[in-house]
Amino acid sequence: MSMLHTRRTLLTVICEASIEARVLADARRLGAHGSTASDARGWGQHGERDGGWPMSGNVRIDILCEAAVADTIAGHLQEHYFRSYAMICYLSEVSVLRSEKF
Amino acid sequence: MPFEPVILFFLLGLLAGVMRSDLKIPAVLYESLSIFLLLAIGLKGGVELARQSLSALVLPVLVVVGVGALIPLIAFPVLQRLGRLSRADAASVAAHYGSVSVVTFAVAGAYLSGVGQAFEGYMVVFLVLLEFPALMIGVWLARRGANAGGQGKVLHEVFAGKSIVLLLGGLVIGWLAGADGLKPLDRVFFDLFKGLLAIFLLEMGLVAASRLGDLRRAGAFLIGFAVAMPLFAGALGALTATLLGLSVGGAALLATLYASASYIAAPAAMRIAVPEANPALSIGASLGITFPFNLVVGIPTYYWLANQFQGAI
Repeated sequence: MSMLHTRRTLLTVICEASIEARVLADARRLGAHGSTASDARGWGQHGERDGGWPMSGNVRIDILCEAAVADTIAGHLQEHYFRSYAMICYLSEVSVLRSEKF
Repeated sequence: MPFEPVILFFLLGLLAGVMRSDLKIPAVLYESLSIFLLLAIGLKGGVELARQSLSALVLPVLVVVGVGALIPLIAFPVLQRLGRLSRADAASVAAHYGSVSVVTFAVAGAYLSGVGQAFEGYMVVFLVLLEFPALMIGVWLARRGANAGGQGKVLHEVFAGKSIVLLLGGLVIGWLAGADGLKPLDRVFFDLFKGLLAIFLLEMGLVAASRLGDLRRAGAFLIGFAVAMPLFAGALGALTATLLGLSVGGAALLATLYASASYIAAPAAMRIAVPEANPALSIGASLGITFPFNLVVGIPTYYWLANQFQGAI
């Protein structure tokens, strides 16, 4: 059986848990077909976010999508969230099966 | 008087946090305990409310909420002019101090029970109603002169937030079921209450210790504010309650409510509605200073104040 890989972009967003719902709603509106979120801990310019209580909670959101959609979402996050919230995002090229899902 | 054990649990958590102990309360336990405490407090208030004529509460509720709304309005210019905080930061801190802390309220209830002081059971109604007006005022203060907006978001954040859903839900369930109806649940919600509050306070001690670093950024003014504001608001609460004819216990509890600063509902709402405000300032002050201050010094002081006002008026 042949495996048909297709190139897609993996957009990873790590941000404050308090804005998870808003980020997911924005991503959906801008064309994402799905996402996977998990609790995360870490530190950076906004201090340590250890997840010990709700206000120090962090989430990591993975979105697999086409490159243009990933660029649009990343641009939107940069414009609306980067200044005021603890948030980083990065893009990577990945190979996927069943590319029609993304 | 022997030390109130739940406060000693808080101090143990604070000490463990300062010592950088590896003690950590799992986040799911924190969530579970907060759900339990909110429901139990709501239920307890609902049972007491069922014994009360609702129409007799209308005037006290209006006065308590009206006077409570003054707190953020007084705090804001002090923070902005004297403290030289930005408009967003001053509004956010004012909202934190205008809103209330459920756990401080619970500890004050435990303290009053410990000294054998009765209080009006329907105080929980004030707790619920004092949580959100200050948050709306905070958003309004932050946005005044700029584009309006954010109120819708904060309304949703507050009313759909778990603290209002569970407190109000518990209150209604307790009110509908009454003391007899809730009897089968007493062992879970009332008998276990203080023990679980103790574990929750252990966690709050750890969290408070983790916010102490924020205070270096907050500066001397905010540290002074975090002690002076609760004392002023506490006196306002004791006076208001006494004029309303509440008991000494009720006056001490209202003083505690006015004096307490929110660190659950307010940070979540302000983060969404006033994102430019620095949460380290407001949470550092409310959780790093005011919360421990109220637990250890404030509550006995408000009880003393309530006694003084009751004797004088």
